[in-house]
Amino acid sequence: MTSAALLLLADSRFPTGAHAHSNGVEAAHARGDLLSLADLSNFIDGRLATIGITEAAFAAAACMPGAVWVDLDRELAARTPSPRLRAVSRTLGRQLLRAAERAWPSLPARELRSLHWEGPMQSVALGATAAAAGLTPADAALCSLHHLVGAVTTAAVRLLGLDPFDVQAIAANRTPLLERLAAEATARALGPADALPANNSLLADILAEHHATWEVRLFAS
Amino acid sequence: MWAFGVPGTRPLRIGIGGPVGSGKTALVAALCRLLATEFSTVVVTNDIFTTEDAEALRRMAVLADDRIVPVETGACPHTAIRDDISANLDAVEQLEALHAPVDLTIIESGGDNLTAIFSRALVDKQIFVIDVAGGDKVPRKGGPGVTTADLLVINKTDLASLVRADLGVMDRDAKARRGELPICFTSLVEPVGAVEVAAWVRAQIARWRADGR
Repeated sequence: MTSAALLLLADSRFPTGAHAHSNGVEAAHARGDLLSLADLSNFIDGRLATIGITEAAFAAAACMPGAVWVDLDRELAARTPSPRLRAVSRTLGRQLLRAAERAWPSLPARELRSLHWEGPMQSVALGATAAAAGLTPADAALCSLHHLVGAVTTAAVRLLGLDPFDVQAIAANRTPLLERLAAEATARALGPADALPANNSLLADILAEHHATWEVRLFAS
Repeated sequence: MWAFGVPGTRPLRIGIGGPVGSGKTALVAALCRLLATEFSTVVVTNDIFTTEDAEALRRMAVLADDRIVPVETGACPHTAIRDDISANLDAVEQLEALHAPVDLTIIESGGDNLTAIFSRALVDKQIFVIDVAGGDKVPRKGGPGVTTADLLVINKTDLASLVRADLGVMDRDAKARRGELPICFTSLVEPVGAVEVAAWVRAQIARWRADGR
């Protein structure tokens, strides 16, 4: 059992720089799509069903013994149409490696850095880190989904001033869904890299491109 | 692991923190003007909402544009300099590699409150900037920046009479909080306002090169 390691990697205090990213919340809020608790609830479900399942499957795949990280990295980049979001993912992957290689020195950080000059895609780095921490592919998938919900809810509280207790209740209501999605992502991660899920939300990619051009914004993405 | 280096093996990293509007960007600009011809200098700015500070420094042309890089902090400037320094370290290492050899790296925090302080893993020395117009009680209120920063800068002395602030009180209270640690009173609207701070930075670089601390 390595559940203590899973809690550590899932903790938002684990220093990976993710706190500067809203996962699309800021852009959706400005567009008027995310103004209330009900909107937040729908937004979370939308993210989980799209980028959530895709990234969870890649994290699970990258955690598997014998994972071919270079293929996974390329396939996940191909599933991320926005250049801005690819850059964000690689930044977060690079930053995760910095913390993870100190926490779990067996992590082959050098090999992961060599996948791309900007760093590995975040989900690939997460899966590899989970493996180095003694976690399972299902743990890596769950951790990926948990971080997605965490990023969205934290940003919503900061930007909209929503009741933090209500927001955490929404997150708590999603935990059975997260378990199901993690199991599904792990099962689908068993296939070849090019057959992994490609669920996406093109609007989120388009909004991320716009968001990057704003003069005033609180979050980096 | 980062805090103390083998002498001369990497640039001295100085953090500049302090409340919004206290004069951090003005101090960075002044230091660049006074030091950039002597020392290869790069700057990382941390902004709360925008890349405003980086843009301001670029407009003032105190350094080549590619020596100034902004880091975005997701509404939490103190997190990015203290609890989760990964984005800042990432930017610092990239800038230092791009412009190697660098002598001095300045990391400007986003404007924050009196509790903000830099991680020892991000900077080797830190300057905390407060201003007279914020009230002469600020040194007495203390906080880790006022109390423990390697240099405390009390800026906008030119405004003291306008806001009825007593510089003597600020000096006395700051000394009581800081013991032997140095304090600089500045008015950065004057071109020579940062000369004393620049001399302190010069001494830190010399010490860093000599014995790596």
